[in-house]
Amino acid sequence: MSEPLLQVAGLSTQFHTQAGVVKAVSDVSFSLERGQILGLVGESGSGKSVTGFSLLGLVDPPGRIAEGSIRFDGQELVGMPQPDLRALRGKRIAMVFQDPMMTLNPVLSVGTQMTLAVRAHDKVSKQMARDRAVEALTRVGIPDAGHRLDAYPHQFSGGMRQRVAIAIAMIHSPDIIIADEPTTALDVSIQAQILHEMRELAKDSGTALIWISHDLATVSSLAERLLVMYAGTIVEEGPTARVLRNPRHPYTRGLLDSLPATAPPGQNLQQIPGSMPSLLALPPGCAFAPRCSFASEVCNGDVPYLVTGPSAFRCHHPIGEAK
Amino acid sequence: MLGYFIQRCLQAILVMLVMSVIVFVGVYAIGNPMEVLIPPDAPQDVRNFIIARFGLDRPLWEQYLTFLGNVFVGDFGYSFVYNMPVLDLILSRLPSTLELALTAVLGAALIGVPLGVYAGYRPNAVSSHTIMSLSILGFSVPTFWVGLILILTFAVSLGWLPAGGRGETVTLWGVEWSFLTANGWSHLFLPAINLALFKMAMMIRLARAGTQEAMLTDTVKFARAAGLSEATIVLRHVLKLISIPIITVFGLELGSTLAFAVVTETIFSWPGLGKLIIDSITNLDRPVMVAYLILVALLFMTINLVIDLIYAALDPRLSRGGA
Ligand SMILES: Nc1ncnc2c1ncn2[C@@H]1O[C@H](COP(=O)(O)OP(=O)(O)OP(=O)(O)O)[C@@H](O)[C@H]1O
Ligand SMILES: [Mg+2]
Repeated sequence: MSEPLLQVAGLSTQFHTQAGVVKAVSDVSFSLERGQILGLVGESGSGKSVTGFSLLGLVDPPGRIAEGSIRFDGQELVGMPQPDLRALRGKRIAMVFQDPMMTLNPVLSVGTQMTLAVRAHDKVSKQMARDRAVEALTRVGIPDAGHRLDAYPHQFSGGMRQRVAIAIAMIHSPDIIIADEPTTALDVSIQAQILHEMRELAKDSGTALIWISHDLATVSSLAERLLVMYAGTIVEEGPTARVLRNPRHPYTRGLLDSLPATAPPGQNLQQIPGSMPSLLALPPGCAFAPRCSFASEVCNGDVPYLVTGPSAFRCHHPIGEAK
Repeated sequence: MLGYFIQRCLQAILVMLVMSVIVFVGVYAIGNPMEVLIPPDAPQDVRNFIIARFGLDRPLWEQYLTFLGNVFVGDFGYSFVYNMPVLDLILSRLPSTLELALTAVLGAALIGVPLGVYAGYRPNAVSSHTIMSLSILGFSVPTFWVGLILILTFAVSLGWLPAGGRGETVTLWGVEWSFLTANGWSHLFLPAINLALFKMAMMIRLARAGTQEAMLTDTVKFARAAGLSEATIVLRHVLKLISIPIITVFGLELGSTLAFAVVTETIFSWPGLGKLIIDSITNLDRPVMVAYLILVALLFMTINLVIDLIYAALDPRLSRGGA
């Protein structure tokens, strides 16, 4: 096969703050094929969103990509001038955020926000842009889209607002959509609907999805492959079924054990003891070692990223069995 | 909306009633206007005649009720000093103050808001620091001093602009206006700048704070992720997001400038309302003071009402949910 759609290699993103250098993302590598759904899981603060924003070239100052390469469809995105990045954003790589009430502008009508998104890339007439907005809204399941165009975000329910945001992200049929916990702010039944719809939409249009979540259960129902992130690094990667059935990294095991579905009814959920280290002062070697029951002396040294076939993990003391 | 409107009007009437009582009693307590108006050597019968003519021989409550009755038929009484209907007197002075205040406040907004938005958009740029230092200057230097310096510089030393007066006027809708002639503008310029500096400083601060906050929101991030250009984001998203506080201050500043441009009008001998009220306080010209303050109350109430209507137009959440 030829080059993948997206190839991230050795990506490190850091925030130079007064308190020191926050290593939000360290040495992250993965690739994404056209139309693939990739899940990115990890606890809060593990660097999932920063990874997403790095791909778009939208890391907030004082942050910047310190190292690494992001190859997208033959182009290198790291170091690409902002105008060229802007031309890609929304057009070829789009993003949906967590809270639709915060992402949509409360004082602009949905139609205005959608036509702005259309006209950011395609110089079409206002009417044409509105037609495309109606089409996009209809596609994400908003009934009577023609009339809803002049409504404001607060006139939509939470689920409907997120559909609007998704419609905006899909309006140019991008190659990749980065979905940063788009269902976390919604109630469970709406979550399932949106999840299902996005999978269908992505399949229909051949769009690849990077689905970010701290909730392993949500992602695993959707993603073909999983990336498990901890303290800014990918600790494990592989086909979803394999990662769930046979986790190799103790952190992945811990995440699985803390899922309500895996615990016997009536028993307390297992928790990983301790908490994630500060990204300002990461321990040398494995960042999970202080919380890990398998940790030993070697864990304080460099931990190589062991790639075997479609799977990879970063651990000296892997659990489960290698196939 | 209608109920809200009626409620606001009733409130306004109540405030004006209370206001008129306070002013009436207050002015009565300050001193007897007849002492100022009638020459001390006037014979007793002349003195009595004049006092009776203005109704000052009646008890205070009776004077007040008579005044109130007249106000309801649109008669605010006669000025003790100018010997003409108070309403005509005030209306003859209103246009000159109106054009001065509007020029100052509009100018302050048209210059201050763009500067503030720029300073908020690039908070670390050197030019932004310069803008902010200027705004601190605008806040802290007293108006009368700036006025004198302006006259000294542009009128006395350089001789570019006149030091006072209204200049040539043109009659429009039966009223004299300076802003329609070049000479009128040359007279309007310095006092307008004098009034505008403080307001401009305020607009800069307000626009900067709002822009800085808006730039950090997910709304702006989402717009960037959709590939909108920075210009579109600032002009379409941010300006609308920060418009409400700006409109509020615009309205309040317009009101207070109309009512209390005293210092500037005195320094530049601008024949406006401010000078009128100062003169009438000196002369204890009670009818003018009472009518003036009632009109000021009315003015503020009208401005507040208009601002509320503009809010509803700017922020759709306010028009449908509440009221
Ligand atoms: N603007 C910033 N300045 C300094 N540090 C930042 C900034 N943005 C993010 N970080 C740091 O980067 C780290 C990773 O943040 P990120 O938002 O990617 O986490 P996340 O995995 O998305 O978590 P969550 O599930 O809570 O969204 C955090 O520890 C955070 O402190
Ligand atoms: Mg996040």
